[in-house]
Amino acid sequence: MTGLGRHHSANNLPARRRALAVFRFACAAMTWAAVLILVALLVHVARQGMSWLDWQFLSSFPSRFPDQAGIKSALFGTLWMISTTAIIAVPLGVGAAIYLEEYARRGALSTFIQINIANLAGVPSIVYGMLGLVIFVRFFLLGRSVLAGALTMSLLILPVIIIAAREAIRAVPGSLRQASYALGSTRWQTVRHHVLPSALPGIMTGVILALSRAIGETAPLVMIGALTYVAFVPEGPLDAFTTLPIQVFNWTSRPQKDFHALGAAGILVLLIVLLVMNTGAILIRHRAERRGG
Amino acid sequence: MEELKRKRGRHWKEEAVKVVLFTCAALSVVTTAGIVGVLARETFAFFEVVSLPSFLFGTEWRPLLVPRSFGILPLVCGTMMIVVGSSLIAIPLGLGSAIYLSEYASDRVRNIIKPVLEVLAGIPTVVYGYFALTFVTPIIRAVFPETQVFNAASASIVVGIMILPMVASLCDDALRAVPNSLREGAHALGATSFEVTGRVVLPAALSGVLASFVLAMSRAIGETMAVTLAAGATPNITANPLESIQTMTAYIVQVSLGDTPAGTVEYQTIFAVGALLFIITLGMNILSHQVLRRFQEVYE
Repeated sequence: MTGLGRHHSANNLPARRRALAVFRFACAAMTWAAVLILVALLVHVARQGMSWLDWQFLSSFPSRFPDQAGIKSALFGTLWMISTTAIIAVPLGVGAAIYLEEYARRGALSTFIQINIANLAGVPSIVYGMLGLVIFVRFFLLGRSVLAGALTMSLLILPVIIIAAREAIRAVPGSLRQASYALGSTRWQTVRHHVLPSALPGIMTGVILALSRAIGETAPLVMIGALTYVAFVPEGPLDAFTTLPIQVFNWTSRPQKDFHALGAAGILVLLIVLLVMNTGAILIRHRAERRGG
Repeated sequence: MEELKRKRGRHWKEEAVKVVLFTCAALSVVTTAGIVGVLARETFAFFEVVSLPSFLFGTEWRPLLVPRSFGILPLVCGTMMIVVGSSLIAIPLGLGSAIYLSEYASDRVRNIIKPVLEVLAGIPTVVYGYFALTFVTPIIRAVFPETQVFNAASASIVVGIMILPMVASLCDDALRAVPNSLREGAHALGATSFEVTGRVVLPAALSGVLASFVLAMSRAIGETMAVTLAAGATPNITANPLESIQTMTAYIVQVSLGDTPAGTVEYQTIFAVGALLFIITLGMNILSHQVLRRFQEVYE
């Protein structure tokens, strides 16, 4: 397995040391390749898109003329879609996590639900798009609306939220619960006033990571038909919408060079939104760690 | 009496909360049922028009043009090409960096690399599609001028980069779960770090490492936007990575971009393809769990 015969491995020490040095160097090179790839990607996108990223780009609607095109409807569409998704998915996900950690008895049913959630987390996002298309867009007649997109996205990120929230709840020490029960609290009072506040930073971190995944998702929204020309800002959850990754996809899939540059500028906006959210997650984690001592 | 009433009220509220929370948890089962139901309904309708063998073993995928032909092998072949190509990138690089991070790197290096991997994992797939089309493809075309604008190689490379963080972090977890006493024992017998890694740590962590490979491949199969942008829309049975191909996921996107009315065979094809995609990825996820369970070494 190591390329060294068992028989002379004991005595040929210099060769064995050389093998170690070569292997170690190869592993280090492969590791730093990841850093190099990230740098190449960011530099490439910034070089292509930076000169297009200005106020005009942020405040204009899409257009078939590259120099007049902007990202306004996509930026607002993303904000609408993601806040609606958060309103739907966070209570459901945290509720499911509380049930599984605090209420469910260890039995066939709870095992079944757990396996089911683990498997849902591995379903390709485009399949959720097909579910959304049939159920929300066509059956519930929500059309290509913010609400249809948010419901689809909620189903997609629920497993992520549940798994993260369960871990955060599991990390709350049992002594806290026992103390609360000893004072006569009911189960829900214990959860509501002691377990949840203490698990909150962990839950928040998981929620933000799940929502940033939803911000970057494209395929499910393409499935439900969000890839249309939208030159307005949605005013309610039943309005049509487009999002940042969809706009990027639209521009990138065109052959003209100028539209590729617009795509790069759109990617920069998308990455900045993600950066802001993830910085938020890190800040919450740090504050919680400091407070928790 | 008042006291008793209050207690009964509290009891009622407790039960209500429990029911609400259970509903949240049960929603995941409803979701699964919904996915299976939606895929099955349209797929069965599809198989009333097209026979199952001609779908699974047909070598010509031409569902939108007359004469129609619904053999899915070209799409499966395209998907497999992406899986093989991306694994060639992600498995060596991911395992190599995991070994480096868990066995050799200092904490300082670890603190740099770990966040970089997290950022790579968090970049949206459409960004990788852009990167493939505008950065990787021109490089490949500079080396091999006969390369087509849309080609499997470029998409494979970026999908490989996309699943690399997953392989690296899962392998890292598996390697770090190997108890230090094993390493110390091997070192005490005179093994170099290379031999310790290759003959003791890796075999001990094998279940986790293999499971991570299977999971990563399953993600590569389900990957959509990067392959749609970079690999093309030409259903094609080929072994040449420089040619344009089409994956199952890219086909689904292609149809949904057009205005296909519900109830037509074109509309039903995406559910048939989606059902196959769902079955393959589900099978691989279950396989990776089995690998993890079956081959796991248990330490006291």
